[in-house]
Amino acid sequence: MVYLINIKLREDYSNLIFYLSPLVAVFLTLFFGSFIFLILDLSPFESFKIFFISPISNSYGISELFVKATPLAIIALGLSYCFKNNIYNIGAEGQLTMGAIFGGGIGLLFNDSTSIFLLPLMILFGAIGGAFWATIPALLKTKFNTNEILTSLMLTYVALFILDYFVVGPWKDPAGYGLPKSMPFPDAGRLPVLFDGLRIHIGLYFAIIICFISYIVYNKTLFGFKLRVSGFSSKASQYAGFKYKNLIFYTFIISGACAGLAGLFEVSGPIGLLYRDISPNYGFTAIIVAFLGRLNPIGIILSSLLIALTYLGAEDAQLFLKIPSAVGFVFQGLVLFFLLGTDFLNKYKVSIS
Amino acid sequence: MNIDLLVGILNIVLISTTPLVFAGIGELVTEKSGVLNLGLEGLMLVGAVTGFITLVLTGNYFYSLFFSIISGVILSGIFAFLVLNLMTNQIATGLALTIFGIGLSAMLGKKFSGTPIEGLNPYYFIVISFLLVFMVSYFLSKTKSGLIVRAVGENHNSAYSLGYNVIKTRYMTIIFGGVMSSLAGFYISICYAPMWQEGMTAGRGWIALALVVFATWKPWRLLVGAYIFGGVAIMQMNLQAIGVKLPGQFFNMMPYLATIIVLVFISSNKLRLKLSAPASLNITFEKNQ
Repeated sequence: MVYLINIKLREDYSNLIFYLSPLVAVFLTLFFGSFIFLILDLSPFESFKIFFISPISNSYGISELFVKATPLAIIALGLSYCFKNNIYNIGAEGQLTMGAIFGGGIGLLFNDSTSIFLLPLMILFGAIGGAFWATIPALLKTKFNTNEILTSLMLTYVALFILDYFVVGPWKDPAGYGLPKSMPFPDAGRLPVLFDGLRIHIGLYFAIIICFISYIVYNKTLFGFKLRVSGFSSKASQYAGFKYKNLIFYTFIISGACAGLAGLFEVSGPIGLLYRDISPNYGFTAIIVAFLGRLNPIGIILSSLLIALTYLGAEDAQLFLKIPSAVGFVFQGLVLFFLLGTDFLNKYKVSIS
Repeated sequence: MNIDLLVGILNIVLISTTPLVFAGIGELVTEKSGVLNLGLEGLMLVGAVTGFITLVLTGNYFYSLFFSIISGVILSGIFAFLVLNLMTNQIATGLALTIFGIGLSAMLGKKFSGTPIEGLNPYYFIVISFLLVFMVSYFLSKTKSGLIVRAVGENHNSAYSLGYNVIKTRYMTIIFGGVMSSLAGFYISICYAPMWQEGMTAGRGWIALALVVFATWKPWRLLVGAYIFGGVAIMQMNLQAIGVKLPGQFFNMMPYLATIIVLVFISSNKLRLKLSAPASLNITFEKNQ
């Protein structure tokens, strides 16, 4: 007897499955993750405890969770504008770096300032730096029809080398024993923390505000509607008279500004100066956060917390289980694989006859 | 500048560029069939670590090469299953593959980091890389199968209605690309370094990706481009040594800037774009539309 697998586009497209599939993906990731621990001769139960529970079992841990989730959420919220519009800006890491260079540069320029205006100026320049770096692929896309995926990716590495140039060259701290880092920002250029002794900072408020604004933009404004239409079909959007090229610009600028903000928050918050490795891949990981959160502002906040936990858990795993912290990347990769995979069942109906 | 120094520099360029040729020529074939695989960096790292571990455990170069290639087949097979059968987004899937590969290779290689090994002579692989470029060029331009690959990459719907198996063709090209990337990784950890260190491919996967675009999807240009990119990297070190005052980072960003310029150049003109880029690149093929 021959079995045939039939695949049909679903007509009864279900919103419930759409929002449930990230949970299924997380569950599958944990299931397969336990095999990885078994291969490494570790008890999966104990390892999961160290990975996912003990990092957030005290106030310091919870603060760290928000420290990591804040940049991820801000970048992913920005990226959701691009992705909704079906524009693939995958250069958030570069835009983050540019934001850190612009905003951090202001902090270094006025390094003896005690003005209360220094930090707002740095934040502004952080957003401008990120937006500026994102306008390049937007301009090339609208003017020359150049593929934005490749240009934004290439520009990421250009930005990383520019940062490298500054911290080993003109901005190197003369009192830094020749290490590739800048001098620390003045106190007026540091992001205020929310609680004494913890690193959680006011960037969190920005993340919540951006989430709130995005929710309103997507659900209540014409701009949000235009994004959805042109994401569905750029032709339909042009027939409807929407200026598609402008939409590309706006979405790139919004996502670049968000990534730039996140970069500035990192350097003026937890780090306090400029050096080479300001971001542990936040710009790329935020792409996973955006997809896992279903491009929905509230979903993105939740998924940023989950992905932040993989960073924290990986640090603890390195300390207590003696496995490299890169294990966090294994979980991030797996969860994206499974999420993309489960989407298939959401979009298509599979039957065997 | 004496002749010995020049020969020395050329030798280093030759040795250090080969992984770019391997990974680049694999990705070129994958992209010619219409699939964009951003997972090169992950594939290279896993290829490097499996080759290294196998060599440490067995001491046999053949097994080492074999398992390195197998790792490429498995990982790119997973990528192919996702993008071809489950019709997932190629960009997201490729990024997932890279992130997964970075993590997996670091985990597997932890115990072996710093273990000394006897390196393999790189010159065999340099010769093989040249032969591969020749073979791929011949395959794509002169054989029927090569024509099918290009047809599938140009317009998968037409190729499908002409009776060609789009999915099968793309499985082949994706796995070829995966094997080439893991071969590049094997070369780095066994011939070039020879050692294992977390994240040792150092962004070569991304440069290889840029290279394919820089070469406008043509095998011979890819070879030339690889040596330009590789040469620029080596030149930077030597120029610094003789006291040229240009910052090294400027040279490091050259491959990426050059690729953006080439991209703008080919995409500003519709005809030029048509002549070089595969038209179905990064578009999902849905059989049951």
